[in-house]
Amino acid sequence: MSAPHLAARGVACGRGRRPVLTGVDLAVRRGSRLALVGPNGAGKSTLLRVLAGLDAPHAGVVELDGRALRAVPARERARRLAVVSQHELPPADLQVRELVALGRLPHRSPWRSDDADGHADAALERLGLGHLAGRAVDHLSGGELRRVLVARALAQEAEVLLLDEPTNHLDLRHQHELLAAVRELGVTVVAAIHDLDLAGRYFDDVAVVDAGSVSAPAPAADVLTPALLADVFGVAAVRLQHPVTGRWHLVVDPEENAR
Amino acid sequence: MTSAATEVARRVPSAPLLLVVGTALLVSLPVATVWGTTTLELAVVVDVWRARLGGAPLASSADTIVWNIRAPRVVLAALVGAALAVAGTVVQTLVRNPLADPYLLGVSAGASVGATAVLTLGVLSVLGTWALTAGAMTGAVLAALVVFGITLAQGGLTPLRLVLTGTVLASAFSALASYLVFRSEEPQVAQGVLFWLLGSLARAAWDQLLLPALALAVAVVVLVAVRGWLDGLLAGADVARSLGVPVRQLRVLLFVLQALLVGVTVAVAGGIGFVGLVVPHLARMLVGPLHGRVLPVAALLGALFLVWVDVAARVLAPPQEIPLGVVTGIVGAPVFLLLLGRRRYRFGGEA
Repeated sequence: MSAPHLAARGVACGRGRRPVLTGVDLAVRRGSRLALVGPNGAGKSTLLRVLAGLDAPHAGVVELDGRALRAVPARERARRLAVVSQHELPPADLQVRELVALGRLPHRSPWRSDDADGHADAALERLGLGHLAGRAVDHLSGGELRRVLVARALAQEAEVLLLDEPTNHLDLRHQHELLAAVRELGVTVVAAIHDLDLAGRYFDDVAVVDAGSVSAPAPAADVLTPALLADVFGVAAVRLQHPVTGRWHLVVDPEENAR
Repeated sequence: MTSAATEVARRVPSAPLLLVVGTALLVSLPVATVWGTTTLELAVVVDVWRARLGGAPLASSADTIVWNIRAPRVVLAALVGAALAVAGTVVQTLVRNPLADPYLLGVSAGASVGATAVLTLGVLSVLGTWALTAGAMTGAVLAALVVFGITLAQGGLTPLRLVLTGTVLASAFSALASYLVFRSEEPQVAQGVLFWLLGSLARAAWDQLLLPALALAVAVVVLVAVRGWLDGLLAGADVARSLGVPVRQLRVLLFVLQALLVGVTVAVAGGIGFVGLVVPHLARMLVGPLHGRVLPVAALLGALFLVWVDVAARVLAPPQEIPLGVVTGIVGAPVFLLLLGRRRYRFGGEA
């Protein structure tokens, strides 16, 4: 067995000094996709920041290809690992193409600020955003901006993508298109996802972030059970089979008597 | 729904713009030497410049006035204008704030303490005509070190920390300078200090140009070399970090460069407001926020602007000269309001 592509070993992390998660052990295989699910404030974003090397863990170590992430030089890390965070406010007067071309920064010398090789346009096309290339960033809707930021991560050509709620603000069709496009890339993905149906459909494994710890990643069908939903999210749910596709879906009903 | 035409970010192509502004600047340099206490014929001025640039200076009083008195002053105006515009761009990128100007981080206030000490206490008088420049430089360096040290000790060069520490210490330095003026017994001294604080190029001489020219050249070369990183920082510190930009080191570099530019310009020309605030905004509106384009455009616009501001300072209220800061303030405030009043214009993500 080769080393996992991205791993957390005994990681404790938090915002500032306040610990949010402790004893996190994760091992993400090369080319696999892991969804982090859990209630608001459980620590999904905090964990992603530590996995991205943006924050140092309070304890434990994050490893990229078996090597401590802290020991990887920043430029090399940026070539191998791309992040789309949840709260990003790019300069309003930047053009979409220029914003996406920033993803090429780790691949070129800092004195070159042009994107002659067309990676930015290619990344935009890949997500069906080519028509936005010349637009000012402040003319994008919230959903368009999310997709543009994912395009920047694609332009970065990293083999690991860390996405913090990438489908937030997206309409139904674009949620599916975005995650399908990410799946097509064949790269390693760790994403915080709120929609459990999307988590089950586009990700190999699901890990539950709740009550200060992270569960061991396992296939969605094993993890996303009515019992778990009652326990973690405090909602009642039933599993129903889709009459046409035969897929199993969780249908949530917050009313107690729906059980 | 907005129409497709307004959705596309409007930009002026930077190469033709640089050509136009650069040409305007080159023409303005000799033309601006026409005006002064005595206004000369344009033909006479052209003759002097042609003779000088041809290597055979004329032996006339016009040559002395134009070449020895006005020419260094006009060139210094261009250098100081460019340096202030570049420093303003640097500070605005460093603290991600549209109201940031080169004087935000306390360096100029420190310089004013040094200059005031020279004018009121007579320190450094052994240096003769260089005393004021040296005093201001010393004050600028000390102030930069204090602001840098305190900001670092309180958690690093983050935008918020820099603005807070810079603003607070700038007030303290200004208070110190005011105290020095207050305790001085000669009333002319107060006027001299005031004139210096508001900016003047009246002391310009050819041998004073080297320092600002060098500082400007170093800053522009270094900034252009890291322009990709500066663009990354524009998108926020976390984004820049995740794109492999060494944010901490870059911020230190930017702090040092703005201190260098501000220290040198304040030392030779006093405090000239508004140029470093307005010109970077204007440049960004014209060519967009990427530094490869905004830096050269801001530098040339700043140079052109200050050359003509200095002309206005010489001719508006003869025989007196108006301090440059007064002219830039009167011109700059309405321009700034017009710029920021435009509905479309937003700096950074917030504002």
